Amino acid sequence: MKCKSVFWGATLVLAASTFTYGLPGGGAVSGKVTYEGTPAKQKPIDMSKEPSCAKQHATPITTETVVTGPNNALENVVVYISAGAPDEGAPSQEATFTQKGCQYIPHVLAFQVNQELKVLNDDQTSHNIHPLAKINREWNKSQPPGSPPIVDKYDKMEFIPVKCNIHPWMHGTFAVLKNSHYAISADDGGFKLPNLPPGKYTVTAWHESYGDQTQDVTIAGSETKTVNFSFKAKPY
Amino acid sequence: MRKMNISKLFGAIAILLAAPLLVTAQQGESHIGNLSGRPDAGKQLYFRYCWGCHGFRGDGGGENGPYLNILPRNFVAATFKCRSTPTGTLPTDQDLYNSLVRGFDNTNMPSWITLTSQQRADLVAFIKTFSDRWKTEKAGPPIEVPAEPALTLQSIQHGKELFTKLECWKCHGPEGRGDGPSASTLTDSNDQPIRPYNFAAGSRFKCGTSNHDLYKIFMSGLDGTPMPSFADVIKPEDAWDLVHYLRTLQVTHKSPELTLWEGSKEGAEIVRAQKVSGTPTGSGVW
Repeated sequence: MKCKSVFWGATLVLAASTFTYGLPGGGAVSGKVTYEGTPAKQKPIDMSKEPSCAKQHATPITTETVVTGPNNALENVVVYISAGAPDEGAPSQEATFTQKGCQYIPHVLAFQVNQELKVLNDDQTSHNIHPLAKINREWNKSQPPGSPPIVDKYDKMEFIPVKCNIHPWMHGTFAVLKNSHYAISADDGGFKLPNLPPGKYTVTAWHESYGDQTQDVTIAGSETKTVNFSFKAKPY
Repeated sequence: MRKMNISKLFGAIAILLAAPLLVTAQQGESHIGNLSGRPDAGKQLYFRYCWGCHGFRGDGGGENGPYLNILPRNFVAATFKCRSTPTGTLPTDQDLYNSLVRGFDNTNMPSWITLTSQQRADLVAFIKTFSDRWKTEKAGPPIEVPAEPALTLQSIQHGKELFTKLECWKCHGPEGRGDGPSASTLTDSNDQPIRPYNFAAGSRFKCGTSNHDLYKIFMSGLDGTPMPSFADVIKPEDAWDLVHYLRTLQVTHKSPELTLWEGSKEGAEIVRAQKVSGTPTGSGVW
């Protein structure tokens, strides 16, 4: 009896993993996110009130509301399949959000609905993690140095601004998404969404300061379609 | 035979029609001790006493809203400051009822002791109809508050260390005057400026008056404000030490903690210094 249930359990797990990850010969969407115009100049952060963090940065870091790279590349854009792909169960690996040098690493963290989120404090100072969820539940927890990670998950899709009230310059985003087809644009603005079975999709690109854009794409066979996004920069 | 079937059929239809009504009535009720509040009765009261600030839709957008310094609670968001439940969870009916009894000091929310307890229970039931969260979620598991240990000087001193170690002073100030280095930057979840509690002014805490209430305030956190929950980082015995120390920061409010603290050499010096420096609002004092 026990053997049997173990067998069925294993079969289920196998079936689930093939369904989610083993999509052989799937197509892909790749591209680049850029901006036009002049983006707002990022301001240097004065961390003198928090010496343990200030000394971790040789030169003062700047705000990260718009992070750009060479050739008008726009970083930290969440590109994801917003329609056409089925909702997926949460993967087993956790998404990690680290507070280090009074900064959030990464600045934008994307993960899936019900995926385990782990928040670490690597600093020698207390932080409070305050994700300002509107659709999900808002919570606010203190995390002094040396305390264990805060573990949580979200059960609805949402882009959640995260802040630390003690250090007002600390801002980040949790992008809680419904499926595993997402990427965050790198320092060259590039992204790739692999393992897409043939079909019609809507690709959305979301930026914390510039909002979102969508494009439709049809994938046949195992082709890689190029989809580029360009955001109009606001100079303020 | 046939007749019976038909009457049975009618009976079944009647039950089917009535069932959803019964279910909704149960879902919407509030339970405070022996009291059961009804949302339909609460609705009448809400549109007489509450909607001017909290709005037609319960979203805090009433016509008085723009004139209020601390915005009226948005019941649609269902984020509540005063809870006996962990951060991110719904409050209990009793928590909401207590807020109605107490009112909120330093805001425009009065105490509703003029209403009967049944009316307050009805209002709690109606307030819960504004957010769907009440349909899908239950109130969080209440935070357990162990019995308060005896008050000792060691407990106050240990509480003082915790106040420094947990960096309460970053917002509340080294003397608890609400003037810490981060105080001026604080905003609530509506992006409105908000002040940390000033212990020296000695006004009532937002969520109650007793040591028990004070314990719950920092363990639950005040959701929607910068005040986080410390439930995961303070052990229960340490929490009582912190409570005892926090009481001594209320230098204008007589308490057994303050008396004991002032009776010690260390405490007497600290309290004397706290009493003379600055204004009750803490302006001009770091």
